[in-house]
Amino acid sequence: MIAVILLVGVIYSVPNFFPSEPAVQLSPKLDQPIDPATMQRFEQALQAKGLTVRASENNGQQALFRFEDTDTQLKASEALKEAVGSQFVVALNLAPSTPGWLRALNANPMYLGLDLRGGVHFLMEVDMQAATDKAIDRYEDEFRDLLREQDIKYQGIAREGDSIVAKFNDAFARDTAENALRKSYGDSLQFSKPADGNSLQASISQATLVGIQKFAVQQNIITLRKRVNELGVAEPVIQQQGMNRIVVQLPGVQDTARAKEILGATATLEFRLVDEENDPFQAQQNGRPPIGSQLYKERNGNPILLKRKVMLTGDYITDASSGFDQNNRPAVHITLDGKGASRFAKVTGENVQKLMAVVFIETKIDSKEVDGQQVKTSKTTEEVINVARIQEQLSKRFQITGLDSPKESRDLALLLRAGALAAPLYIVEERTVGPSMGKENIEKGFNSNIWGFAAVVVFMLVYYRMFGLTASLALGINGFFLFALLSMLQATLTLPGLAGIALTLGMAIDANVLINERIREELRAGASPQVAINAGYDRAWGTILDSNLTTLIAGIALFLLGSGPIKGFAVVLCLGILTSMFSAVTVSRAIVNLIYGYKPRLQKISI
Amino acid sequence: MLEFFHFKKAIPFMRYGKTTTAISLATFLFSVWALFFYGLNLGVDFTGGTVMEVRYAQAAPLDTIRETIKATGYHEVAVQNFGSSQDVLIRVPLKEGVSSAQISEQIMGVLKSTTPDVSLSKVDFVGGQVGQELYENGGLALLLVAAGIIIYLAIRFEWRFAVSAAIANLHDVVIILGLFAFFQWQFDLTVLAGVLAILGYSVNESVVVFDRIRENIRTMRDETIPDIIDSAITTTMSRTIITHLSTQIMVTSMLWFGGEALHNFALALTIGIMFGIYSSVLVASPLLLLFGLKREHMIPKEEEKIEGMNADGSVV
Repeated sequence: MIAVILLVGVIYSVPNFFPSEPAVQLSPKLDQPIDPATMQRFEQALQAKGLTVRASENNGQQALFRFEDTDTQLKASEALKEAVGSQFVVALNLAPSTPGWLRALNANPMYLGLDLRGGVHFLMEVDMQAATDKAIDRYEDEFRDLLREQDIKYQGIAREGDSIVAKFNDAFARDTAENALRKSYGDSLQFSKPADGNSLQASISQATLVGIQKFAVQQNIITLRKRVNELGVAEPVIQQQGMNRIVVQLPGVQDTARAKEILGATATLEFRLVDEENDPFQAQQNGRPPIGSQLYKERNGNPILLKRKVMLTGDYITDASSGFDQNNRPAVHITLDGKGASRFAKVTGENVQKLMAVVFIETKIDSKEVDGQQVKTSKTTEEVINVARIQEQLSKRFQITGLDSPKESRDLALLLRAGALAAPLYIVEERTVGPSMGKENIEKGFNSNIWGFAAVVVFMLVYYRMFGLTASLALGINGFFLFALLSMLQATLTLPGLAGIALTLGMAIDANVLINERIREELRAGASPQVAINAGYDRAWGTILDSNLTTLIAGIALFLLGSGPIKGFAVVLCLGILTSMFSAVTVSRAIVNLIYGYKPRLQKISI
Repeated sequence: MLEFFHFKKAIPFMRYGKTTTAISLATFLFSVWALFFYGLNLGVDFTGGTVMEVRYAQAAPLDTIRETIKATGYHEVAVQNFGSSQDVLIRVPLKEGVSSAQISEQIMGVLKSTTPDVSLSKVDFVGGQVGQELYENGGLALLLVAAGIIIYLAIRFEWRFAVSAAIANLHDVVIILGLFAFFQWQFDLTVLAGVLAILGYSVNESVVVFDRIRENIRTMRDETIPDIIDSAITTTMSRTIITHLSTQIMVTSMLWFGGEALHNFALALTIGIMFGIYSSVLVASPLLLLFGLKREHMIPKEEEKIEGMNADGSVV
């Protein structure tokens, strides 16, 4: 039983000791699997540059190419970016060189934290007041439109604090307006009538406010994800933290300035008519689009000609959601504000049955070093994200159909929202660790463990002799268990985590000391060796349990309240306590039994 | 058998109770004074601000660095060597109205313009709000750990044990904090983690002694409580020293090999381990006496029923 657990422990901890290899990782920007044909395209692109691949793999969602050295890796990444960069995210990565049979057992190494491999950690805060302000301004606009449409006369509509106040000439107009507004906004706004005459006050309900804020965070996460993809990061982490914060972790990213710029890019949308009279392929070939048109690329790489005149910009979009149309095909439902609706109604009315394209435009400030000087250039990327036929005159609410899958409609809805009204983000915490620093940290953490462990073993052997040996063996095995458990859970190893391992190893010996001291005591009291061993283990158990559980309490509190690196330390501390309780008692007992168990009339033990 | 600590007779620790309590009280008061007088030298984790670590190819020209940074408009910047003469630590405090996320880039820019062979090893920027939260969460964690331990010990032992252990451990924590304040060592998140680990670890110590006291109360029926405590401390003495020595070996290894990043963490642990030995033996146990621990408190319930009996043994 213990042998089996030991074997499992060794198997799952071993992957951590294989070196990692330079690799390039490719993942599609759109949700499409990587098939063998695509793999061939990648390989051809690499062969064209005369680069040799050491090994490649493809799990459908991700392709990985391993190389002999970092030099080849960098060249390969350039080659692949050039060839397929428009459709695939090309990222440098370090792939573990774990043998296949271990990987088949799901035995993978731990992730290394940013402090061990280098990279950036950002904590960003969404400006909630801005999100709320936008929503209130939008309601204000919509109120005016609605009252005008329904011919209800009002004196004025103005924002007062976090609510909107509409003033009317008489109580009758006010009541009609209230009824009309309630019908449209009853579930998201709260209406009240202030005592001072004929006015109506609308304020956002708590539930709606929470909804607005959730939406603002979600939207920012989506936009960030899209931008991080452009940075080419192998294992980015983008997560919500708390009510209004987003954690962005970019392992391996060195150029933080560039990362900040890309993350802080602004995006807009444009609706444009498709130039259907001219051939886009011809225009692409001779490089001269017809007058009044502009050449674009669709997401699949095909060229498309769009009219220069912009029908509508994304600033007018107030909401976009994915769903289905009457025929149950995937669709995106878009809501425009009042001004946008009237403008859009006019242009679409004139162009029914024509093709309309949605262009996603992103502007970012890129700084490059030219001749030792920092040169900032504003870079704009434009991408046609959707083309659809205008079926009828469109107004305030309309839908885009002609999408391939519900997934695509979801993506489009997200992009539309992302382009239109993301609330501003601020960086509230940044932690950057350079790559050499990461390597040094690993070395330091590792050395502390090794030397500390060696010293403890020597001390134990000198002091307890044979029982010191069993204690040391148990301690070593404990180390394996801890590594295995952390690897199985795919925990992220950080420098505080390494410190935690050292500390738990130091503390773990306590259990064996307790046992050994007890055995010595029993021997002194005149018990026979076998009885002493038994009594020693039995009596020490209660103490071991109590003392470890109190440390566990500290570990759990650290885990609950700690942030980032502290959490890593806490995880190691808690798991280390569990493994050490097991190994110190069970494993060391098994070893002791192995050594002394077969001698029924034991005269002397080495302790 | 190699033994360092084998005592034939119980050492009368409790007789020195007054002296040891006086010593503890003195160190404790000293720490509290240091905390108030000097205050903790909080790291950016808690105060907010920017800390950069940069590395030069040669020995770093500290004065030039100071001048260059001052020229860009950051005045309260601290520049110092860190670990070696090539490594420089730059601390920039939080400034109202300045987008702090840009500070590191700006400074790196000007440093590069004067000395090109400088590279950035590490940047920590923490916003004021985040720092405040980390500080509050740290305090909360400390309270939570103390409460958790008290509750656990109260259930497993008895409230007198729980409170004694908690006071003994908080005494350790205050001393760690006091020394960090006195020497103005930087107190950051990792040190806090160390302090909390010590809180859990040093309670181990008290638990081991308490366990023995409980056992002795049941087996040594004829002796007084101070004698029982003395015997418990004496018999666990050897284990206490050996365990702490092993842990300290590991921590020393961290101090030696762990570099700057783990230095203060290991330092906090070292102080914690030293005072952990002392406090569990010489603070927690006298407190038990002070709280009036009696044999009855630890005797199982069936004997407690006797309290309701009449002199003749019948229950009315």
